[in-house]
Amino acid sequence: MPEPIIKVENVWFAYNEKVVALKGINMTVYPGELIALIGQNGGGKTTLAKHLNGLLKPQKGRVLIKGMDTRTTPTHEIVKIVGYVFQNPSHQLFASTVYEEVAYGPRNLGYEGEELEKRVKWALSMVGLEGLEDENPYDLDYGKMKLLTVASVISMDPEVFVLDEPTTGQDHKGRRILADLCLKLNEEGKTVIVITHDMRFVAEVAKRTILIANGRILLDGPTREVLTAIDVLRRAAIKPPQIASLSMVLKERGVDVNAITINEALEEFRKLFSAARR
Amino acid sequence: MPEYIIDVERLSYSYPRKSNVLIDVSFKVKKGEVLGIIGPNGAGKSTLCKALNGLVPHFYGGKFAGKVIVAGMNTLEHSVAELATKVGLVFQDPEEQLSGVTLTVYEEVAFGLSMLGFPKEEIDHRVREAIKKVGLEGLEWRSPFELSGGQTQRLAIATALALEPEVLVLDEPTAQLDPIGKFEVFSVIKKLADEGSTIVVVEHEIEELATFADNILMLNEGRVVAYGPARRVLTMVEELKKYEVNPPSVTELTYLLNKTLGTKLEVPITLEEAIKIYGEALGVM
Repeated sequence: MPEPIIKVENVWFAYNEKVVALKGINMTVYPGELIALIGQNGGGKTTLAKHLNGLLKPQKGRVLIKGMDTRTTPTHEIVKIVGYVFQNPSHQLFASTVYEEVAYGPRNLGYEGEELEKRVKWALSMVGLEGLEDENPYDLDYGKMKLLTVASVISMDPEVFVLDEPTTGQDHKGRRILADLCLKLNEEGKTVIVITHDMRFVAEVAKRTILIANGRILLDGPTREVLTAIDVLRRAAIKPPQIASLSMVLKERGVDVNAITINEALEEFRKLFSAARR
Repeated sequence: MPEYIIDVERLSYSYPRKSNVLIDVSFKVKKGEVLGIIGPNGAGKSTLCKALNGLVPHFYGGKFAGKVIVAGMNTLEHSVAELATKVGLVFQDPEEQLSGVTLTVYEEVAFGLSMLGFPKEEIDHRVREAIKKVGLEGLEWRSPFELSGGQTQRLAIATALALEPEVLVLDEPTAQLDPIGKFEVFSVIKKLADEGSTIVVVEHEIEELATFADNILMLNEGRVVAYGPARRVLTMVEELKKYEVNPPSVTELTYLLNKTLGTKLEVPITLEEAIKIYGEALGVM
């Protein structure tokens, strides 16, 4: 077993006396995982995510990033390892050109000249924004703006990416591009943690899914297990993806289907219908 | 009484700084009908919504051709203020729609009516009705800023309903909401639809739209690329995919099974239909 890249140990956090956002969170993340964080707003997803790059520090318990305690390690050390992409692009974008936006992070890390250019070029090509270097970030459409925020984190080449609701406000094409991007980053060996409300996205992208509600982890396991845990999902008012719902109803009636995506369902129903014909 | 609440004829529109946002768009909405508008971002969906209450072109200027008639009024011949009483418009971001000047949910819903000078008893009656319709009873005296996303969006719908518009136009009302918020808002839309409200709704949540829309219009780069009964449009799988719009998952699955396996399954557009169709086909009803 490799060393965990993130270890969250019994973390508690309260914004004030009334709002306790995290109530004893335990979570271990290994390098190369692709994880979805799901749950209603106000449940603690973003608070937990902000603990992963040291934006917030636990009031009780601890968060270890590659063994470094976020309370005692300078934040600029942590952000080299964990990159955070904010939900709202306008909270993150500030430069006057796309190039400068993406160059800002690596320049702060001390990169310059050819190496800096190489990083910016690579980051822009990862998100498909090559050729827009001189554009003003605020002239981009919402989908591209979102991709730019990811590129400006990619250019810092962190080992872990935390994306806060990248799919919110996106059309279907935007969601597909972000799904492909998460998979591509993961294939490059990056650890990816995505907060999202889009269950189809979760089913098609995430290998592991964590459900958070009222400051606690309700479910944590392989995406298929989480998305078919109907009773817990219902209690958390989460609708599983349509294909998972179809599978679950048919399974209750004795049909052997476990699909949660269209591609899986195609395979399984093909077999079932071919067998029925024979 | 006109037969159609909305009659859009050959509408083309350019903003002062952006050309051809809508090109030759035509459609009609009957009283009591729910029209869903789908299509990629940048297709012109929001602009079309703004054309229905006159913001386009009265507020934005630009080049306007064709005709938009809402509740018998040609939008070019009536002010936005007049049209506002006929068309209730609800936007994507719930918080941006709050007036910001009221202290309670009740006042927020009453705000538009008092500005229009309605008598006090009438305001009270309408506010209570509107709050009931969106299920916010019990929260009348709460601050609008202490509501969840779904509650705030339902408040925006109540504010629109209080004016008793002929048509409710909702522009991606659930895009910014979490699953509970989406569920709450879709429940309200479905209830209003059942009660006979005329509704135009822009949505990316096609699987939800499939459960209550009568007709669907798909826009791409300003043009209507598909328009008709929801079932017909949502089962045009190749066409939808071409414009990067995902049909409901069960629709796509069944279409692909029929195509690749030669099965002749009826193509569902909702989960309930799919359960019935697959249950029958596999002999497990």
